[in-house]
Amino acid sequence: MTAWEPPDSRRRSLHGYHCQAKMAEEREPPPLGDVGQADFVEVEDGEDLFVSTVTTIEQLSPTTPEPSCLPAEDISTNSNGPKQEILLDDDQEDLFAEATEEVSLDSPEREPILSDGPSPAITPVTPTVIITPRAEASMFDRSLDEDEDTEENGDTFDMQITVSDPEKVGDGMNAYMAYKVTTKTSLNLFSRNEFSVKRRFSDFLGLHSKLASKYMHIGYIVPPAPEKSIVGMTKVKVGKEDLSSAEFVEKRRSALQRYLTRTVTHPALLKDPDVIQFLENTELPRAVSTQALSGAGILRMVNKAAEAVNKMTIKMNESDAWFEEKQQQFENLDIQLRKLHASVESLVCHRKELSVNTASFAKSAAMLGNSEDHTALSRALSQLAEVEEKIDQLHQEQAYADFYLFSELLGDYVRLIAAVKGVFDQRMKTWSKWQDAQLLLQRKREAETKLQYANKPDKLQQAKDEIKEWETKVQQGERDFEQISKNIRQEVGRFEKQRVKDFKVVIIKYLESLVHTQQQLIKYWEAFLPEAKAIA
Amino acid sequence: MTSISQDGDRDKLRSVSVDLNNDTPLLIDIPDALCERDKVKFTIHTKTTLNSFQKPDFSVSRQHEDFIWLHDTLVETEDYAGLIIPPVPPKPDFESPREKMHKLGEGEATMTKEEYTKMKQELEAEYLAVFKKTVQVHEIFLQRLSSHPAFSKDRNFQIFLEYDQDLSVRRKNAKEMFGGFFKNMVKSADEVLISGVKEVDEFFEQEKTFLLDYFGKIKDATAKAEKMTRSHKNLADDYIHISATLTTIAADDNEAFKSKACISNVCVCVQKLEARVASDQELKLTELFRYYMRDIQAAKDLLYRRARALADYENSNKALDKARLKSKDVGQAEEHQQQCLQKFDKLSESGKKELTSFKARRVVAFRKNLIEMAELEIKHAKSNMSLLHACIEQLQSN
Repeated sequence: MTAWEPPDSRRRSLHGYHCQAKMAEEREPPPLGDVGQADFVEVEDGEDLFVSTVTTIEQLSPTTPEPSCLPAEDISTNSNGPKQEILLDDDQEDLFAEATEEVSLDSPEREPILSDGPSPAITPVTPTVIITPRAEASMFDRSLDEDEDTEENGDTFDMQITVSDPEKVGDGMNAYMAYKVTTKTSLNLFSRNEFSVKRRFSDFLGLHSKLASKYMHIGYIVPPAPEKSIVGMTKVKVGKEDLSSAEFVEKRRSALQRYLTRTVTHPALLKDPDVIQFLENTELPRAVSTQALSGAGILRMVNKAAEAVNKMTIKMNESDAWFEEKQQQFENLDIQLRKLHASVESLVCHRKELSVNTASFAKSAAMLGNSEDHTALSRALSQLAEVEEKIDQLHQEQAYADFYLFSELLGDYVRLIAAVKGVFDQRMKTWSKWQDAQLLLQRKREAETKLQYANKPDKLQQAKDEIKEWETKVQQGERDFEQISKNIRQEVGRFEKQRVKDFKVVIIKYLESLVHTQQQLIKYWEAFLPEAKAIA
Repeated sequence: MTSISQDGDRDKLRSVSVDLNNDTPLLIDIPDALCERDKVKFTIHTKTTLNSFQKPDFSVSRQHEDFIWLHDTLVETEDYAGLIIPPVPPKPDFESPREKMHKLGEGEATMTKEEYTKMKQELEAEYLAVFKKTVQVHEIFLQRLSSHPAFSKDRNFQIFLEYDQDLSVRRKNAKEMFGGFFKNMVKSADEVLISGVKEVDEFFEQEKTFLLDYFGKIKDATAKAEKMTRSHKNLADDYIHISATLTTIAADDNEAFKSKACISNVCVCVQKLEARVASDQELKLTELFRYYMRDIQAAKDLLYRRARALADYENSNKALDKARLKSKDVGQAEEHQQQCLQKFDKLSESGKKELTSFKARRVVAFRKNLIEMAELEIKHAKSNMSLLHACIEQLQSN
């Protein structure tokens, strides 16, 4: 592979754009957005989001071999035509080619090509601006890109998505919550640096559904959308203005934000026109197919059932130990994470209970203090009551932290692992398809042999044609299988890195919240101590 | 005199302690106890310089029922009507840890071996704590008796301490049970009586109002404190499970091993600390409230007895007037009236003393426990914090 040198003209006025050798393994070529200005900053965790794509697109001629029939088959009826998909695959190919290059850290070569001028291979799609997820201001919104050690300096990914201001729209059973999705970015994938749109929950589900159908079968791990909740939503619709429905809305808002942030962190998904459209367009066609009881919904359920049955019947000859090992690993991790999630949920529950009990004890102690006739003791008891009240607040805050930091993260990862397992299943399906094609080819060949002795020239010709057709199919099947295997390896690598990082960040935050609680406790009790000593 | 120093140390651990100075002629402690199924056998050890005892140093074995017998006889003794009789220690209750142990056994299959061991250890610690508490409570009961000028001379008390055979206390047979039940009913009637009786003495009027009100409040506070402690313990247990699962994940996962193992350790330590906070809180706060709730009940009983005596005195006055009117049995009525008056005065006098010293005792105990509880909380929070800091540093450096 020749080292790629970006033409100088392409160099952008962007912060140093770094590339790491190791990124090569985990890079995913994002589908090319428009050649807008590519003012993007690097992904913090070392992922080279756009560089490679850009560069590869640059190099690519539209005539690259394998225009994949892969995506063509399963493309959802989407605004972006198949051409987008083709580019994607091309990118993949070249990306891997790129992977063998050694790039120095501060190499200025990796400038986002997208930025400058029309690139020959790029299909103009909707003008997009690249979004930079930034660390969430609020302590409890998990930040996916917090990177304190920039010595690793991957590409810093300058994009921040916030989901905020939930607003109830409409009345009665047709009411829904509209969330404001704000994007702040300096990347050039998008037309503006800061913009926001209103979206409702089904829009998010629609986005996920499109992405899943586009990318899962080629082995990308598409982040799962937050779960539906009939109970929660009904409460909101009915207009119950109480604590639990406020909590529900907050939980959902936070989950939606994490979902979007995860989605755009994925290099391929960020460039997906659907994603870009989701973030930018004021009006979005209503995603009715996400409703559970719609025709599409029922179809989905049927498909899921069928797939489950199929999965059981496919017996794959695993030639690659890596896959077997990884699958086993994910199975174990799944079980453990679920268990951990359950324990943490129990922790949250007990802490809430503790908070309630502390509050009621505080009241009781206050009453006791009132009724106490020894003045100093009475004062001390009242102080005790106050301290306990403050501690109750602390417990509540801690429970909040337990939940939003810890429990929700675990829940997200349980669902993510399900997506990972899904991707492994896709690989099995691909393999199975390939095997089926081989089988069919075999039969066609046998049929042809038979026909050769039967002396029927037209049928023979037809048979020969069919054999040709199926030979191509077999080749394609094999290629698809290898492709998806490659992709999965990459994705899994990226996923693992992300997982470790996520957990580390969150756990540090969680520990800090515990530290904060302890500090407050010390403060309160130290204030109380002299009161207790003053009892004479 | 090693027993004293032991007592001194133990006093620190207790929520309620009795002031034992070196000159006490009668020193009692419970150096150990045996737990057989439901029965607890206490070893009562006495050291005395009094001549009324046969030996200067001796031990006997007693059960909870023997304590109840002793308490009841004291209550029934007329002479002590004007004194606050120390509340009977509650029955040893191992129900809670036993139930938990049972549940743990049932859920064994769902836990890892480590988790199970840790939970079991926690439960055993709880069991031990209950055991220690019941020993203390029984000990305090005896010590209050021994340090009281009147009770320490009580004959039944002496028998209790000295009689080296099994007391084979007549368990209350049916008649006595019924009698006891009847007495309780009478007592409740007495409560109504007290509220009705016109109190002349302001001191007692105040005390009555105060104690009645305070009793209700402290009972409520005890219950709430108990609930709080229990939630705290549940919280601590959760950390055991979390720690165990994290350890398992860390074992499977080489990459994040160090950080996960570190977290798991943190969870273990946090759990220990939370559990300790919970038990300290229970000891200092809940036990304190519980004890004084019972003590206040004993004080209330004193008030009832006095009110009863007052009622008797008033009745005897009426009887005397009637007798004078009828000019019949006047002498007898006069004598009866004098007796009632004397009894009432005696009760009032000793009652006043007792109630005043009770208040002082209570304030001192509250002060001590509140201070100790605050200090312990600070200590735990500080060590928790340093532990967490260490872990955060370790994680960040990884």
